[in-house]
Amino acid sequence: MFERLADTFFNWQIMGQYFPKIVEGFFLTIELALAVVVAGIATGLLLAIVRAFRIGVVNFLIVAAVDVLRALPPLVIIIMFYFALPTVGVRMSAFVATWLALALVLAAFAEEIFWAGILAVPRGQWEAARSTGLSFLQTLRFVVLPQAVRITIPPLTNRTIAITKGTALGAVVAVGEILYQAQSAYSFSYNPSPLTLGAIAYLVLFLPVVYLGRWVETRFAWKR
Amino acid sequence: MSHDQAAILEVRGLHKSFGSLEVLKGVDLVVRPRELVFVIGPSGSGKSTLLRCCNRLEEPNAGSIRIEGVDILAPRVDINAVRQRIGMVFQSFNLYPHLNALGNVTLALRKVAGKPREQAEAAAMQALARVGLAEKAKSYPNELSGGQQQRVAIARAIALEPVVMLFDEPTSALDPELVGSVLAVMRELRESGMTMVVVSHEMRFARSAADRVIFMDHGRILEEGPPAQLFNAPDHPRIREFIASIEH
Repeated sequence: MFERLADTFFNWQIMGQYFPKIVEGFFLTIELALAVVVAGIATGLLLAIVRAFRIGVVNFLIVAAVDVLRALPPLVIIIMFYFALPTVGVRMSAFVATWLALALVLAAFAEEIFWAGILAVPRGQWEAARSTGLSFLQTLRFVVLPQAVRITIPPLTNRTIAITKGTALGAVVAVGEILYQAQSAYSFSYNPSPLTLGAIAYLVLFLPVVYLGRWVETRFAWKR
Repeated sequence: MSHDQAAILEVRGLHKSFGSLEVLKGVDLVVRPRELVFVIGPSGSGKSTLLRCCNRLEEPNAGSIRIEGVDILAPRVDINAVRQRIGMVFQSFNLYPHLNALGNVTLALRKVAGKPREQAEAAAMQALARVGLAEKAKSYPNELSGGQQQRVAIARAIALEPVVMLFDEPTSALDPELVGSVLAVMRELRESGMTMVVVSHEMRFARSAADRVIFMDHGRILEEGPPAQLFNAPDHPRIREFIASIEH
């Protein structure tokens, strides 16, 4: 019984054979994840800052776009980008389609989180800063955002981890990340051991991120 | 329109409404150099709104406000430059919680006054020393008592060398035993010649420190005069009632 289990999920020979493929997928996943995090959070922050100007039409558009992106399953967006957009002449690689879809979804969630953070900064902070002659943008930059970002870090970290794990969705459009490599190794070998290896690769990648998130949370927490 | 050349702050015919609620119904106020003007009145009388209009934290609906003769409601006025010259102290201190005391004071010195770091820090330390908190420069707001926070807030305002200081109920949020330290700083400011407008219920301080007391009611100035006159022999019975209710 135990042997069969070991042979099914921990077949060393097969694991060794496909190890290089998984490593390849591992680094591609890191690349994709980093690109998603950087583009998503930067865009989200930028949108929240634009929203702080409270220009009616602009804010309506931001909220509408953000709501749509938050409501659609990321996989649907990936498939639309990769399979549907080419029919209207917009072509992108599977990697770019996955990156763009996930970055947009993260941007939408990040915008909402940053916006909530900006709103959570008391009005008195704005008034104190403006009363000393700081401009709207200076107040945002030096007084409001530093406080908003700190409030933001715990929910943003959790959301970022959740969306970054969505890089696995790239397997559907054959992006050679961890899951895709593990799955194709599985179908070649008829043995699930590569999937075990893939799972381990995800743990190696994301457990440190989870710990980092926890550390960042305590690091940025401060008493009011 | 003619205006008082000697005035630091000159308010004429100020009107302010929030929606259909008219909070200021034509207020005139002239504050001359080195004067300490005390504004009292029941809550909702418009005293805080008057103060907040003076640096345009609230936009008046009508009237004029001049600081050293310059109309600050004029369309082309650089409000950020004007605000640098009007210090404001709030009831709830509003220190920046992510910056220490020194950082709170240096921010505007660096970003608005454009001083380089060293100069800004020297000026900030001077201001902190003036409020008796030089040794707390590295403390964060949450490590300071309410009285100390309010003194840092005063230092933040005076470091910019304003021509007038506005105090919006500066001691109302403080525990009674901490009020004295803030009033002592305000008294020192007054003695050094700072022009001040103070909205507050500290009647004893008003009696001993104010040049003039203004009583506001329902968005208008009901009466004004030296503290002795306004506190001891006001024309309006309404004022007598109010003062009796505050002083028990």
